[in-house]
Parts: sequence; C-alpha cells; structure tokens
Amino acid sequence: MTSSAQENNAANAIEAHQIVKRFDGDTAVDGIDLTIKKGSIFGILGPNGAGKTTTLRMLLGIIDPDEGERFLLGSSDPISKSHQVGYLPEERGLYQSMKAFDAIAFMGALRGLPLAEGRKRGRQMMEDHGLGDAVDKQIRQLSKGMAQTVQLLGTIVHEPDLIILDEPFSGLDALNQGKLERLIRGQADKGVTVIFSTHVIAHAERLCEEIAIVANGKIPFTGKVSTARDRLRPQVHLETHNLDGPWRSAIPEDCEPLGHNWHFTLPESGVEPLLRALIEGDAGIQSLSIERPGLHDAFVHIAGEAVAKKMEEDSALEGEAA
Amino acid sequence: MIETIRAAFVIARRDFTAIIFSKSFFFFLLGPLFPLIIGIAAGGLGQQVRKDIDRPVIGVALEETQSAKLIDARAALAKNLGNGSFPELLLLPDVSPTDPNIKTKLDTASTPLTAIISGSLDAPLLTGSQADVKRWSGRMALLSETALSGSNPVTVKTDFVATTGSSKKRTQIATAQGGQIILILLTMILAGMVLSNLVEEKTNKIIEILAAAIPMDAIFLGKLFAMLGMALVGITVWSTLGLIGVSVVSSGMPNLPAPAVGWPLFCVLMVLYFSMAYLLLGSLFLGIGAMATTVREVQTLSMPVTMGQLLVFFLAAFTVTKLGEPIEWFAVAFPFSSPFAMIARAAQMDNIWQHGLALIWQGMFTLIIIRFSVMLFRRNVMKSGNSARKKSLLARMRG
Repeated sequence: MTSSAQENNAANAIEAHQIVKRFDGDTAVDGIDLTIKKGSIFGILGPNGAGKTTTLRMLLGIIDPDEGERFLLGSSDPISKSHQVGYLPEERGLYQSMKAFDAIAFMGALRGLPLAEGRKRGRQMMEDHGLGDAVDKQIRQLSKGMAQTVQLLGTIVHEPDLIILDEPFSGLDALNQGKLERLIRGQADKGVTVIFSTHVIAHAERLCEEIAIVANGKIPFTGKVSTARDRLRPQVHLETHNLDGPWRSAIPEDCEPLGHNWHFTLPESGVEPLLRALIEGDAGIQSLSIERPGLHDAFVHIAGEAVAKKMEEDSALEGEAA
Repeated sequence: MIETIRAAFVIARRDFTAIIFSKSFFFFLLGPLFPLIIGIAAGGLGQQVRKDIDRPVIGVALEETQSAKLIDARAALAKNLGNGSFPELLLLPDVSPTDPNIKTKLDTASTPLTAIISGSLDAPLLTGSQADVKRWSGRMALLSETALSGSNPVTVKTDFVATTGSSKKRTQIATAQGGQIILILLTMILAGMVLSNLVEEKTNKIIEILAAAIPMDAIFLGKLFAMLGMALVGITVWSTLGLIGVSVVSSGMPNLPAPAVGWPLFCVLMVLYFSMAYLLLGSLFLGIGAMATTVREVQTLSMPVTMGQLLVFFLAAFTVTKLGEPIEWFAVAFPFSSPFAMIARAAQMDNIWQHGLALIWQGMFTLIIIRFSVMLFRRNVMKSGNSARKKSLLARMRG
C-alpha cells in the first residue's frame, strides 16, 4: 500500500469503512462504517457482546479486520500513532508489584514518554487526584477503585490527542463514576478526542455529543445524540377538566383518556395548533407537558426492544456486581 | 461437618469435571509416556555413544603377508570370542614396518588411531598412549601368536606417546558432551522463566495494554531478551562461583583437554549457542503461552514442549560421534537441535565459519517462530466474549 493510501483524512480521529471481523465462523463485527471527528466526546453504545470491544480493538490495531479498512488519526497502521493515543481496556491490568507512580510512568513509556518525565507526571497527577498518599504504594496495596484511577492516569499521562476507553464506568461506584465523567469532560475541554464504549445509556446521554449504537455487530445509527432523539416525536402529557368538546379533533383519534389524562405523540403540525385548539375548544387544561424523548427511547426505537432489554439487564447485573 | 463435606464435594465436582473435560487432560494422560520415551532414548543413546567412543582402531604397519595373516587371525578369534574382544585393525600400506616416524602417524592418520602395530609378527612394536598400549598389548600378542600358528610365545614391545588421534578424539567428545549437557540444563531451567513471565502477564491482564501500545513482535522480543539477560546474569554468577569452588578444592584450575577451536572461542560459542537455544525454546514457549487462555493450559503444555526439547537434545547427543554423517547434518540443520550439535562441532572441528552460518540460521528461525506466534496471537487470542475461551487450544492453533 502506498503512503498516500495509508494516510487518510487526518481531520477525523477515526474512520472505518465496512470493517468486518469473524471469529470461528461467527461474525463479531459485520461491515461497520464509522467516522469520529477530532475534538468530540463520542460514545459507542450497545449491550455486552454487540461488538463494541472488537470494534475498538480493530480501530486500535490490536487485531486486524478481516475485511474493510480503518484509519486512526489518519493512519491505516494504528500502532504507528500509539504515541498520540491513550487506551483503557475493559479488562483492567497492572503489574501488581509496581509502585503506583511507576505504573503510570510505565504506561506512558510504552507510548513514548521518557520514563523520568512519566514518573514526575505520575506523582503530580496522583497528587491532583487525591491519591498523594498512595504514590509509593505497590498496586497490590491499593483498593480496586484506586488501582482503576491509577490505570486511567496511566492512559492519559503522555497527554494523548485521542483517548479510547472501553467500558470505563464498569466496576466503579457512583462517586468514582462522577470523577471519571469530570475527567472525560476536562480532557475534551483541552481539545482531546474521547471515545468510550458503554452499555449504560445515561453516561452516553450526559457526556456525548455524538454516539454510535452497536447491535449484533452492526451500527444502525451514528450521529448526534439530538438526532437520535429526534427520530421520535415528542410525547404530550395532558390533563383536562373536560372530557369532550371541539378540541378533541386536535388529539389523535386512537388516544383514549386515563381518567382525565391523555398521553399521545405530538402531532406533525406541532405545538401551536394543538395549544390553540385546546384553549379555543375549552378543554379546561389542568396540566400540560411536552417531553422530548430520551436517548433510551431513541435506542429502543433504533436498536429494537430485545437489544435494549439486553442492555438494561447488563447494566443491572453490573450494578449488582459493583 | 456434613455441610463442610457437602461444600467440599461441590468444589471437588467442579474441579474434577473441569479438568477431566479439558483438552489439556489429554496431555496429562500422555504424561507417563514422555519419561518412558525419554528413558528408552537416553538408555539406547548412551549405549550407542559409548560404543562409538570406545571403538578402538589399531593401525597395522607390517609387511603385506604378515598384515594379511594378522587380519585373518583377528577374524578367526573374533568368531569364537566375539568381535568386541579385539580392536578394529586398519591397514596402513604407506607406513613401513620400520618407519622411524610411527609416532607422528598416530596424530596425522585420517582415521583416529588408538595405536599402531609395526615391526614383525614375531617381534611386534605397539606404539600408543600408555593406557591404550597397556590395554591392548596382550590382545595384540595373542593375535600375533595366532597369526604365527601359535609356535612360540610373542612378546610385544611398547613405545609410548603423550596423545594419539584416538585419545584426543575421546577427550574432545567428552568436551562436546559436557558442553551439550550444560547447554540443555541451562536452557531448560531458564526457558521456563519466559513461561512464568507470560503467565504473570495473563494473570495481570496487562497484555492488551501492551498490544495496543507497541507491536506484538516488540513485546515478544522484549520479553525474550529480558529473560535472556537475566539468564546470562545467573550463568555468570553460577560459573564464577563454580570456578572459585573448583580452584579452591583442587588447588588451582584443572588442566582440561582443549576443544578443537580452543577454550576462549569455545566459551564464547557456549554463550552464543546457549543464547540461541534459549531464544528458540523461549519463543516457542511464548507462542504457546500467548495462545493458551488459562494458566492450567500453559502449565500443561510446557511439559510436552520440555520433553520434545529433551528428545531434540538426545538427537544432538547421538550425533556427537557421527560428525559429517547425514544424521549429524540433520541435527545441525534442525533449528532446535542445531545449538547442541554445533557446540559438539566446536569441540571436535576447528573451522569457525560454520558457526557464523549456524548462528544466523538459528537467529532467523527464532524470528520466524516469533512472527508465527504473533500472527496466531493477533488472529486468535484477542477476542472478547466467551467464544475464545470455549475453543480448544488445538483448534486455536489451527486458527
């Protein structure tokens, strides 16, 4: 392959075209297309087994796709860009006998940061993250949460341009999840591209500008979170004093009241005609709310009920484990 | 108490079924076969090598008719007393029975000679090392008497030399064998450390972090060379302590017979061939270790590999006395036995260029194994989900 073919549009952090990965005849990733712009927080959303980790591993060059091509920071040889990338795998791992600051420096050294500089930064970062007392402790002496933080710091110690986190919230308690969210936002504020996979919709909804929904090895949706939500019409929750009148023509015909409460999808004509009809038709509005669908509703709509249910189960199981 | 027994049963049942239904159990069942094969191979090999080393050849520098009579006498006596009772006789037609330079012929003959019989059948002269002459003079007297139809008793005159081609060969073979044994012992002790290192890596789940940051080849090579460095430090310490111990016990360094390439180069080649044997076995361990998904698989698989290495060593040991024969060439060319076969050559042959070629070949093969292991690793190991763990190791090796 020529160098021009190997290098691609460097404006994108990630580009993947029709990548496929099969294991033992099973297709784990089935023709995924993905473009992730630089400087964004991007979420890869899907249940366990959907193909998220395999996709990330292909993007990082840990494994090669069987078909298709991928570019990481413009290069088709992702490992060659490893100095600019930080990666936190789903299965956390550190050398148990290493001191915490040394573990951070080692991870930086793997990605080209001089060891001495890595040690200096490691100590400083641990101080900044409230782990000053643990700097000289061996990894085996740290709590699980502290060890995870050390690994996360090791992922960013070399100040990468692109950070890829595979299920970063997995196994963290609520407090540490909050810290991690702040850290992700902080990195994004510096212009770093952050990509993370998750099966918890709330994290993606809170953090991401754009998402890709992965289900059964495919990506049925990729784009802005708002675009995903816009695929569903807003929901109207209305409580009226009267149960009948000329205003009923503004409500979908198949909508039946629950007592004096009405729940229906906002008509195509929009809010104004509906409001006008309710007021002028003397519906006697007691309460009215128009809710934009959440990412969860959009996910169910896009990926299907079964996939969404699987993801909720994964999330519940993980909650129990944590 | 009953609850404890019930709980113990739950654990025992899980462990038992997990082991019994694992593919690695197959290797466990084959376990007793390996020592058996090794034992048979070692026994047969030792016997064969001893036979090859002990085969004495006595050069015959007599008049043509007397030489023929002596050879006939040997054939006749060997029929009754057994071929092994007498040395092989080799005619030396270009050596006169009264040649004053008989001693030099002992060193220059193309076939290593134990001794030379010259003069005449009724007054033979046996020239050789003191030990060999003492050992064979009686038999040569018997052969001479038989050749002369037993009319009169024959007294064999003797003449001693410090070394003969045969005695030199014996000491060089001993050096070759010693070199091989040291190589295999060190390799087997130290190559296991590579496996331990990889097991640690798998336990720590750090392998993915490494694989995402640097090329897999670099990971494998880094591990191999780190372990090699550690092994060389160990060897330096052990050999220093050993030398100090020997010099203290024997009041000075022992006067060991020199290998063909000389001691300094032989020591350098020992280090180089150890490094190659270690890298070859270590890369194989790494490849297998990288593909194994559990510590149990790694441990189980190390046994057949170690046994295989022993068989390869036996091949090299078998060929110590067969320089230049096809089987010895095979041992030289087969990468895993090559370091052992080549150190035997260093003890017995003084040409140096062949070692350069052998080292390049062994190094290339190490790289080939590493590339192959990396390919299998990238293709089969880094899978998420359960499918990878469910698939047998053999299936993973097939891809």
